[in-house]
Amino acid sequence: MRRLLPILTVLLVILAGWYLACIPLNAAWTRDQAARAGVEVSFAQVIAASYDQERPVLPAPHQVARELWNTTVMKAVTSKKSLVYHAWITLSATLLGFAIGSGAGILLAIGIVHNKAMDLSVMPWAIASQTIPILAIAPMVIVVLNSVGISGLLPKAIISAYLCFFPVVVGLVKGMRSPDAMQLDQMKTWNASAPQTLWKLRFPASLPYLFTSLKVGIAASLVGAIVGELPTGAVAGLGARLLSGSYYGQTVQIWSALFGAAIVAAALVGGIGLIQRVTLKRMGLAR
Amino acid sequence: MIWVVLALLVWAGGWWANARLSHSALVQSRQGRLLVPAIFGVTLLVVWEGMVRGLQVPGVILPPPTAIAAAFAANLPILWVDFIQTFVKGALSGYAIGCGAAFGLAVAIDRSPFLQRGLLPVGNFVAALPIIGIAPILVMWFGFDWHSKAAVVVVMVFFPVLINTLEGLRASDAMQRDLMATYGASYPQSLLKLRLPAAMPFVFNGLKIATTLALIGAIVAEFFGSPIRGMGFRISTEVGKLGLDMVWAEITVAALAGSAFYGIVALIEKGVTFWHPSQRGRA
Repeated sequence: MRRLLPILTVLLVILAGWYLACIPLNAAWTRDQAARAGVEVSFAQVIAASYDQERPVLPAPHQVARELWNTTVMKAVTSKKSLVYHAWITLSATLLGFAIGSGAGILLAIGIVHNKAMDLSVMPWAIASQTIPILAIAPMVIVVLNSVGISGLLPKAIISAYLCFFPVVVGLVKGMRSPDAMQLDQMKTWNASAPQTLWKLRFPASLPYLFTSLKVGIAASLVGAIVGELPTGAVAGLGARLLSGSYYGQTVQIWSALFGAAIVAAALVGGIGLIQRVTLKRMGLAR
Repeated sequence: MIWVVLALLVWAGGWWANARLSHSALVQSRQGRLLVPAIFGVTLLVVWEGMVRGLQVPGVILPPPTAIAAAFAANLPILWVDFIQTFVKGALSGYAIGCGAAFGLAVAIDRSPFLQRGLLPVGNFVAALPIIGIAPILVMWFGFDWHSKAAVVVVMVFFPVLINTLEGLRASDAMQRDLMATYGASYPQSLLKLRLPAAMPFVFNGLKIATTLALIGAIVAEFFGSPIRGMGFRISTEVGKLGLDMVWAEITVAALAGSAFYGIVALIEKGVTFWHPSQRGRA
């Protein structure tokens, strides 16, 4: 309760601010309509109208909630109007990309830890690449892969993979270097081979770092998948919902897609957090 | 075929040189540390060039580095206009506003542990969300020009800086705070002389994360509508025209701008947090 109360307060303040912001943002349209119809509207009417527009500038939270409810629970999952259908398309690209990216990242990290030449030549580039807006190449990747005949899930997954690749590499290399000299010497005294040291010392020691970077990576993957859906035009997926919403001024649709993406992101990060907690607890590493 | 063989030879040579270098004494020096990644980068470019030429990869799929360099040199005025529009107007102004607001809010609620406890988990949660999705909404609100891009950047950089500043303000330990209390320091004094300086490593961590986010936000927001200049606009239209060399030139600008931005923030960090263990002992 002591922890929950401040969080709930902050959330309530945000919600209240949102409801208040709706009035000035949406009032202009109501006044405009009234002026055209030649009727006077009272302030109370303006307020009531701000929460009940078809295409508000800022939809009220309950409108977004209603849209979310209508497009998830009330629609069949296979329907193209269902947000679950679009979320699944984005999610599948995210998960595939995450698997490719983190798998490749783990392999590269193992190589970097064991090969000094690789460490010195690749690592600075891996760190430097984090300062580069990689997302900017997303449209190019989609179009280029389309022109060689690859379309659908894979191009989006490649962008996702690329985005989560470097956080995983950097985090895991840091983690595999975390055992201190004493522990490494101990492995040497036991005459452990390099793979044995990797499996029994370096890998377990790197797990806290790995999970932290996996959380960063999966959030980045989702962003990659969403942005990857933009250049193909509004076909399917959460990114496509955002784009078509912005084309047709369907603000409620944009906001519900945004909240859908937020829910997916929270579920993904939360899922990895759960695995992290269970694993680290089993290994006795939990703090 | 000769190009492919040549590329593979250069690759092998570069790798051999790096393997030798990384076990030699030279690597202890600063030059050696720079030389190895430089060789790797150059080899990568040569292999790219050789493979594209040797295997006759069409320019609409992957242009060779020389074609990109040529496009870069030929379109300098356009690239400059795009750079000003996206980076200086969109990203930089948004970065300044967003980081300033986040820092200000964190300091403002410093005296209320209740709000801090509430804001920290919320901020952590929001920082993991795909905030970039807010771009179409903000483009609708603020129009197509750079104002909407700056607004996207403000929202994107706000939460990382906020949570890092909040963390940082807790960073001074009890002993240090007690010392300030013994000196009879007032709240503003202990904030200015102890807690803000102690928070700086955390703040700069947030500021560095925000540099990349700012550029990404400004570029992606342009995919949702922009005037006929800007890096995101150029990338999406040139992709449509299959002018891939121009796209890569634009990406080069983005990479250079991103690295320079990050580097400048890191330099400022070095000046401000010279006392921190992670900055000491480095040449």
